Amino acid sequence: MSLKFPIYLDYSATTPVDPRVVDAMVPYLGELYGNPASRSHPYGWTAEDAVETARANVAALIGADPKEIVWTSGATESNNLAIKGAAHFYASKGKHLITLKTEHKAVLDTLRELERTGFEVTYLDPRDDGLLDMDAFKAALRPDTSVVSIMFVNNEIGVIQDVRAIGALCRANGTVFHVDAAQATGKVAINLAELPIDLMSLCAHKTYGPKGIGALYVRRKPRIRLEAQMHGGGHERGFRSGTLPTHQIVGMGEAFRIAREEMGTENERIRMLRDRLWAGLSTMDEVYLNGSLEQRVPHNLNVSFAYVEGESLIMAIKDIAVSSGSACTSASLEPSYVLRALGRSDELAHSSIRFSIGRFTTEEEIDYTIALLQAKVGKLREMSPLWEMVQSGIDLNSVQWAAH
Amino acid sequence: MRAHTFFDHNATTPVDPAVVAAMLPFWSEYAANPSSAHRSGVAARKAVDAAREQVAAFAGVLPSQVVFTSGGSEANNLFVRGAAARLRAGRMALSAGEHACVRRPARSLVREGWQLLDVGLDAQGRIRGDELAAKAGEGLMLASFIAAHNETGVVQDIPSLAETARSAGAVVHTDAVQWAGKRSLRFDDLNVDALSLSAHKFYGPKGIGALLVGKRLDLRAQIEGGGHEHGLRAGTENVPAIVGFGVACELAAARLQADAAHLTDLRDRLLAGLRGPQLRHLGAVVFGAEAERLPNTVYFAIPGIDGPTLLLALDDAGFALGSGSACSSGDHAPSPTLLGMGVDPDLARGALRVSLGRSNTRIQVDAFLDALQTCTTGLRGLAAVAV
Repeated sequence: MSLKFPIYLDYSATTPVDPRVVDAMVPYLGELYGNPASRSHPYGWTAEDAVETARANVAALIGADPKEIVWTSGATESNNLAIKGAAHFYASKGKHLITLKTEHKAVLDTLRELERTGFEVTYLDPRDDGLLDMDAFKAALRPDTSVVSIMFVNNEIGVIQDVRAIGALCRANGTVFHVDAAQATGKVAINLAELPIDLMSLCAHKTYGPKGIGALYVRRKPRIRLEAQMHGGGHERGFRSGTLPTHQIVGMGEAFRIAREEMGTENERIRMLRDRLWAGLSTMDEVYLNGSLEQRVPHNLNVSFAYVEGESLIMAIKDIAVSSGSACTSASLEPSYVLRALGRSDELAHSSIRFSIGRFTTEEEIDYTIALLQAKVGKLREMSPLWEMVQSGIDLNSVQWAAH
Repeated sequence: MRAHTFFDHNATTPVDPAVVAAMLPFWSEYAANPSSAHRSGVAARKAVDAAREQVAAFAGVLPSQVVFTSGGSEANNLFVRGAAARLRAGRMALSAGEHACVRRPARSLVREGWQLLDVGLDAQGRIRGDELAAKAGEGLMLASFIAAHNETGVVQDIPSLAETARSAGAVVHTDAVQWAGKRSLRFDDLNVDALSLSAHKFYGPKGIGALLVGKRLDLRAQIEGGGHEHGLRAGTENVPAIVGFGVACELAAARLQADAAHLTDLRDRLLAGLRGPQLRHLGAVVFGAEAERLPNTVYFAIPGIDGPTLLLALDDAGFALGSGSACSSGDHAPSPTLLGMGVDPDLARGALRVSLGRSNTRIQVDAFLDALQTCTTGLRGLAAVAV
């Protein structure tokens, strides 16, 4: 089988839409184009039926009731709605929020916005393996903590937080617990009938669905309330107004249905591929895994290659599509704030690559990637004076660098 | 679904096959995230840039003035709450005919110290510019006026309303969601600071729209995180929808003259039919009949006939109409717009909206007039039975 270039290993940035999902969507762009809010004719009723079927499929993947699913335009919007919506609704309980420094910008920027309007936010450092420090968290919880936001699976390093334990502490403290699960659906089992989570952000395009559609899970038992952020025709029981994009919703429903049915076997295959990749890469010297290997989704490998200049490495491996730093902020040349939060130096953070494997990744692609990295990293290190110094036993930290 | 004539194009439109074809590759080979630095990401980025240019050209603005949103509702919310966030609380003017997605965010400002200035409609559904001129004054910071009304189809004198509001110091917005694709759109000619668009009203996909922003407009983003759209609207771009939106804009611009002529012909045929020998006995009242209207919209009521009931009867006969706004078509309350026009509540409760589209034909209009005859005869027969 011949390889197609670039080899796509950037599934955490986005996924191609599964052909079965496209097939499900297309009729709702064509003949079945009714506005689901139109009560007066079959165009509307057909669209509404499709929306409700999709809602049930989304709910089923996460062990929720369909009534707890609110459609949004994606996880960024869901995060904004959850955090601002809950912070404002529960402001009388308190105006303190807690999060982790490694959250996605959609959460961090929203919290910064709240800080500008009189809320107080505690940004906790993660442990070196990327997981929340539970003692630090317990110490940070206050009587006036109204909302906590911790992502289920981190987009850069793929680590899985102990949302059950975090949620239990929040419950005991009377604090609303929000979880950004954009990177978790189809990768880890989620059962909200058992997990003490109040709000959960979901999106389709990380789970082989289309971009531009997501949802917010809003718990009904006990009932969680939110201040709506988008006002208008009263759609989604007033939580989020705006004409429902039928084809998008159908796509998300179908993607989540497929995930529910296939994730078991799929994730095992993906784990084998990821482990194969790690086995191949870790034969090289000075290669560091970022984040816990055990508490990690099987799709993600985030590796730093010491003594290799980051930009040069990315340029050298153009045959594979990967990320260094989160996709949403990869336009800037700043080192990943997630890796910095783990305690990585700027240099090591810069020389990191996130490989994220998915449904269509093959063993051949993994083997090609291993060979490519071994060749290019080797070559770049050969050219690096720093590497030469390290090889001859010099401790770089002891060197007095002269400025010119 | 059995064959049905769709007369509800103001609620939504079918996506043009050329638009669908343009979108499909972006769900498979070109599905990368436009923010990714690799080749696949760059390809997606280029597609977004090209589409942005198409939308910009459609409205006569620069690409940098186009902020993509998830639709018209979001664009309206972005203006109302985003512009207000940059201003000290003052007064906001809006007409009595604004869509809920302008009215409700405006109402949410009241809690933050804003005052709303309601500008009434005349009997034909035109926003009362004289009332605005009289009441605008100190402290008018914001104004929003719908460009073409979704129910009545009445076209508003936006340049003049905007002039009045601007002279009072306000930043002005227009919801052009129903206007775009039916009338020529030139942002500068409308004299506003911001304008909302929604693709699914002119043969583009649902789930994508834009707020066009004037150069002097200062907005606070409502969806944060990642800096997309010049920091005005975060979130991974919905590439297929954006591509589709661009193509829909190009097609709409190219077809505008032909579409307008075609729609006007059908609309006038319908009106003539309502007033002609076959149906004049119904005494149909056409709302906004004397005002300038969109070429595709006929909003009318038949005295003595319950609107929702007639709607369902027409549906049984194979015609899909709207009753005022789709967003609230579950409501049976009379339209606030019609009440604002001084229409009797009982008559308002009978309101039906025909909104024609590209694929509609004269034969369909004629068949509709026949069906209207049959259905109303049937319903009047029922009404005559004593209970």
